[in-house]
Amino acid sequence: MQCQLCNKHATVHLTEIVNGQKTEKHLCEECAIKEGVTVKAHVPINDLLNNLMASQKESQQIEDMTCPECDITWRKFRKEGLLGCPHDYVAFEEPLRKLIERTQEGASTHVGRAPRHTGGKHFQRLTLLRLRQELQQAINQEDYEAAVRLRDEISKCESN
Amino acid sequence: MDGSGPLSDIVVSSRIRLARNVSGFVFSTQADDQQREQLLRYLHDQIMETELKDDLWYLEMSQTTPLERLMLAERHLISGRLAEGNTGCGVALSHDESLALMLNEEDHVRVQVLASGLQLEETYENINRIDDLLEEKIEYTFSPQYGYLTACPTNVGTGMRVSVMLHLPALKMSGQIEKVFRAAKEMRLAVRGLYGEGTEPIGDFYQLSNQTTLGKTEQQIIEQLVSMAVEPIVEYERQARNKLLKDKMAALDDKIHRAVGILTHARLISSEETSYLLSLLRLGIQLDRIKDISLRTVNELFLLTQPAHLQHHYKQTLDADQRDELRARFIREHIR
Repeated sequence: MQCQLCNKHATVHLTEIVNGQKTEKHLCEECAIKEGVTVKAHVPINDLLNNLMASQKESQQIEDMTCPECDITWRKFRKEGLLGCPHDYVAFEEPLRKLIERTQEGASTHVGRAPRHTGGKHFQRLTLLRLRQELQQAINQEDYEAAVRLRDEISKCESN
Repeated sequence: MDGSGPLSDIVVSSRIRLARNVSGFVFSTQADDQQREQLLRYLHDQIMETELKDDLWYLEMSQTTPLERLMLAERHLISGRLAEGNTGCGVALSHDESLALMLNEEDHVRVQVLASGLQLEETYENINRIDDLLEEKIEYTFSPQYGYLTACPTNVGTGMRVSVMLHLPALKMSGQIEKVFRAAKEMRLAVRGLYGEGTEPIGDFYQLSNQTTLGKTEQQIIEQLVSMAVEPIVEYERQARNKLLKDKMAALDDKIHRAVGILTHARLISSEETSYLLSLLRLGIQLDRIKDISLRTVNELFLLTQPAHLQHHYKQTLDADQRDELRARFIREHIR
């Protein structure tokens, strides 16, 4: 079979169906590249392997990502399906955004209701509870510097 | 569910739930028992400071019996996760059971409002007001980009899951139910049977809900579910029912009356068979083929013949065989 464009021997055969309309193209390799139908046929095996390893290394890096607030890893989240704390949305920003876009019809921005925060005194008890839990954690991890800072914050919050 | 409300011949109930998490804390599933208990106490106290308090009764899951939890689950007032009875989990329920505030479920707070028939707009107004009241007392974690942050990213944004329970026996009988599934999938809606996930739907009840929670307003999510899915499906089911009445009246009547026959005479009956037969009975009442049994009775039987309710009624622990026997007796006593 001859190339439809230059009469050389056609080696690339393409069948396309667009809106139910079937079209066939028969081209030689050169014309096919010009037409953008085919990519370079021979990718050296080294390039292929390097690309593969790079992508594996990258996914390994993503899998090992850890949230500094709750210590959950991306791997654990992918296995169990549940995040550990709100900060994960920051810590796993890149892979999580892709996942959210995939599961949310491409959306990545909230447009619905927003909280009508009043702030201030209402939430003092919450702040105290939060600080006390953080203090307990700091003591458990023997992070005494943080513990001292948290203790000061707690007494400041209590005196308000 | 009293069987009333708009389109209640086909739409059994409407439900909206919101997922919310308290700012600055790890999510419930990551917290240890002590952290969950502290947060539970905090949430309880804050809720009881709102004007909702007079209408709420509060249960701590670890202080309930397995049977009580199973009964709450059969009434759709707690989730399977809460029914496990773990430490640091609780629920606050309104007396009419239309509102459930599940605490330390997958998210710190899950607000659920139920209504009979198709009443999503009213239900949203209601739940939005409750959300306002709670937000005056509880600071939720919220990001301008992703909205309300949730333990599972499939709930992020509005944190809102909207569901309607549809009764579609005629579409099932005429072999068109697959079309509904396909259409729903294309619209990114989830369809599942009444009980159990992924199992064969029991009694031709199907729950339709939104899967997308981000990038749309709450009103858009509801509007799309109603206009693109619920209303067309209701119309198809009505057409299928009319066609059955017109073309296959004798076969339909036979099915319905056989269902009544078995329900009123069986000596052993499983909950699956009960649901299947009650579904036919419900259709028979809606189509005016059965006149001496009320819809209320059918709705009550759906609820009261489930394992935990049956054991509660007969005040004893029953194994599966004993349940089948007492279920048959219970039904005979209620339909004559």
